[in-house]
Amino acid sequence: MGIDFLTRGITPWGQSVFTHISWDLLWVSFFAGVVFLAAHSVYMLLSAHSKRASADVDALEAKLKGLPEKIQRHSLPARMFHWIMAASMLTLLFTSFLPIVGVKFAWVEWHWMAGLVLAASILYHIIHATFFMDFWSIWVGPKDIPELKSEMMRELGGDTSGPKAAKYPLGNRLYHMAIVVTGIGASATGLFMMKKVQTPFFTRDPYILADATWSWMYVAHGAAGVALVGLTMAHIYFAIRPEKLWLTKSMLFGFITRRQYLEHHDPTRWRVPGSEPVGGRPSE
Amino acid sequence: MAVIHDMMPAFELFQPASLDDALGLLDRHGADAWVMAGGLDSFDWLKDRIRKPAVVVELGAIDGLRGVKAAGDGIEIGAMTTLTEVVTNPLVREKFGVLFQGAEAAASPQIRNQGTIGGNLSQDARCWYYRAGWSCYRAGGNVCYADTPTAVNREHAIFGADRCVAVNPSDTAPAMIALDAKMVIRSSKGERIVDAQDYFVGPGTDITRLTTLQPGELLTAIRIPGTWAGAEFYTEKVADRKVWDFPLVNIASAMKVNGSTIERARIVVNAVAAQPMRLEAVEQFVAGKPRNEETANAAGELAVRGAVPLAHNAYKIPLMRNLVKRAIRGGDNGWASTS
Ligand SMILES: Cc1cc2nc3c(=O)[nH]c(=O)nc-3n(C[C@H](O)[C@H](O)[C@H](O)COP(=O)(O)OP(=O)(O)OC[C@H]3O[C@@H](n4cnc5c(N)ncnc54)[C@H](O)[C@@H]3O)c2cc1C
Ligand code: HEM
Ligand code: SF4
Repeated sequence: MGIDFLTRGITPWGQSVFTHISWDLLWVSFFAGVVFLAAHSVYMLLSAHSKRASADVDALEAKLKGLPEKIQRHSLPARMFHWIMAASMLTLLFTSFLPIVGVKFAWVEWHWMAGLVLAASILYHIIHATFFMDFWSIWVGPKDIPELKSEMMRELGGDTSGPKAAKYPLGNRLYHMAIVVTGIGASATGLFMMKKVQTPFFTRDPYILADATWSWMYVAHGAAGVALVGLTMAHIYFAIRPEKLWLTKSMLFGFITRRQYLEHHDPTRWRVPGSEPVGGRPSE
Repeated sequence: MAVIHDMMPAFELFQPASLDDALGLLDRHGADAWVMAGGLDSFDWLKDRIRKPAVVVELGAIDGLRGVKAAGDGIEIGAMTTLTEVVTNPLVREKFGVLFQGAEAAASPQIRNQGTIGGNLSQDARCWYYRAGWSCYRAGGNVCYADTPTAVNREHAIFGADRCVAVNPSDTAPAMIALDAKMVIRSSKGERIVDAQDYFVGPGTDITRLTTLQPGELLTAIRIPGTWAGAEFYTEKVADRKVWDFPLVNIASAMKVNGSTIERARIVVNAVAAQPMRLEAVEQFVAGKPRNEETANAAGELAVRGAVPLAHNAYKIPLMRNLVKRAIRGGDNGWASTS
């Protein structure tokens, strides 16, 4: 039995258009998520993953005397955004996919309401990150190649002298990138799709866009939604892995400890108050 | 409009002689199989070439699915019993007049001779955009053509819209719910019995079906308990024409009255939503109230609370309000029996 990727329909004008992605793809994303989780867990059991050696951390700690005990990693507004987004994302995933896998209930109203929360929180986050956070700290670019290389080496248990993460480890930033594409994709299309369903805001009108445009909009919304199944699974998996719990806790309480900061980050790349040695900059 | 070809796409026809054979076939072919009873709805889809099932399982040869029989103080009606048999059955007429009137209100005598009670209860929506074969939500697509600024939606829903605004068109469904009937559903995995009220589903739950029936399942019988036998019944159907026409709004009610006090009632309206609507708030309101104009008026108002009209069907609101009033008042419903 093959997998269909798209389902088709006929418009009143006899055009054949796409109506949805095939929901077989939901299972593809789900199983891709499961396979990734399983593969990663096995790999974690077998590989080395050294953090900065404890002696090196001691040395850094001695040098960076000005570092406080707790280092703020996420401000309160940033944490609030994260958890509001997480709640709306889970609501969106459950409301859209439970009915598809057979748990039937009136989902659309819950879905678009959660969708509005997500869209508003993304808008807020974009403004907040642009003006009040270190905007570029989350992006990925060619400058990250040395970090990628040293991260790979570390994973293989080898050299640890290369750059350590700035504020966000590379994996986090790659993940963020995937979420930007799929999250904004689902939200932008979802906002248009609200014109198709009953809401208190406006009269339904499918004719604001051509049938073919709608068809791509549904395909994009569905594809982004399905991708988010796998991405969310991976995200939750990492959040609850023992060696990542310190990051999850920082999203709850806002800070990490001095030692966690020094173990996992490069003080020259993520500067915080006190990350410069007393009497001079650390050698680069 | 869809082109009527009068030439159906090829399918494999099975005419099993036993229920087990039918269930086995449905199990084997799953969603590829189409269940055919009287064919009055089925042939529309097949001849318009909108539905192209690989297999048709026709139930006409299964004797066990036919007929009305006494069951305790109630009755059991086989799903393949024709509407005419329901209308002419003495038990139905004597005990459950609301069903007799509902069935008699359906379609025309010829259609009632051929159409079955199971088919009438399981028939699909009549929304003409959907029937034209366009890929709307109900057909698995992503658009409703009936609720747009330019749509023709005189026959559509005033309640329970969830993307789709089609209504359930059955004339017998409200009577079954008023009588608290139980629907017997069989599949190769066994039997399940659902209240008539839960047999019908809205678009929020399943936008492509009007009933809870899943591929592989058959409605085999309808059991009507004696609870409401001989109660005071009211049925009224408003349609554009007196025969051969679907309801714009219809109502069925069963009421137990003591002197001039309404003891309890079940009141159901159809063609205003995708599911026949049991008016539980009205039932609770009228219980214990005197049966008078004041109660009837208040019940009518309560019934239409929350109705949301589309561009061309606001008339359904006063229509439904008045039908509820009249059901509470009781008396002659103006429906002349043809038998
Ligand atoms: C011109 C016209 C006017 C009409 N007017 C009215 C009207 O005024 N009021 C009214 O109520 N109806 C009306 N009808 C509808 C008609 O009464 C129904 O179409 C008819 O009763 C369907 O019954 P059927 O036995 O022909 O079923 P079919 O057409 O064979 O089946 C209808 C649907 O139910 C399913 N089905 C049937 N039996 C079973 C079963 N036992 N188990 C599981 N699934 C089953 C079929 O798969 C199909 O999807 C009208 C129909 C026509 C053609
Ligand atoms: C980000 C996570 C999201 C996921 C996983 C998701 C998933 C889905 C899925 C699978 C569907 C069914 C699509 C189809 O029938 O082809 C859907 C429909 C819908 N989504 Fe989303 N969605 C998300 C975000 C949003 C947002 C942000 C909004 C709006 C603000 C939104 C609004 C809608 C609407 C209105 C529909 C119904 C469209 C219709 O049936 O016509 N969604 N969503
Ligand atoms: S009302 Fe329902 S059946 Fe009619 S066009 Fe809209 S979605 Fe389709």
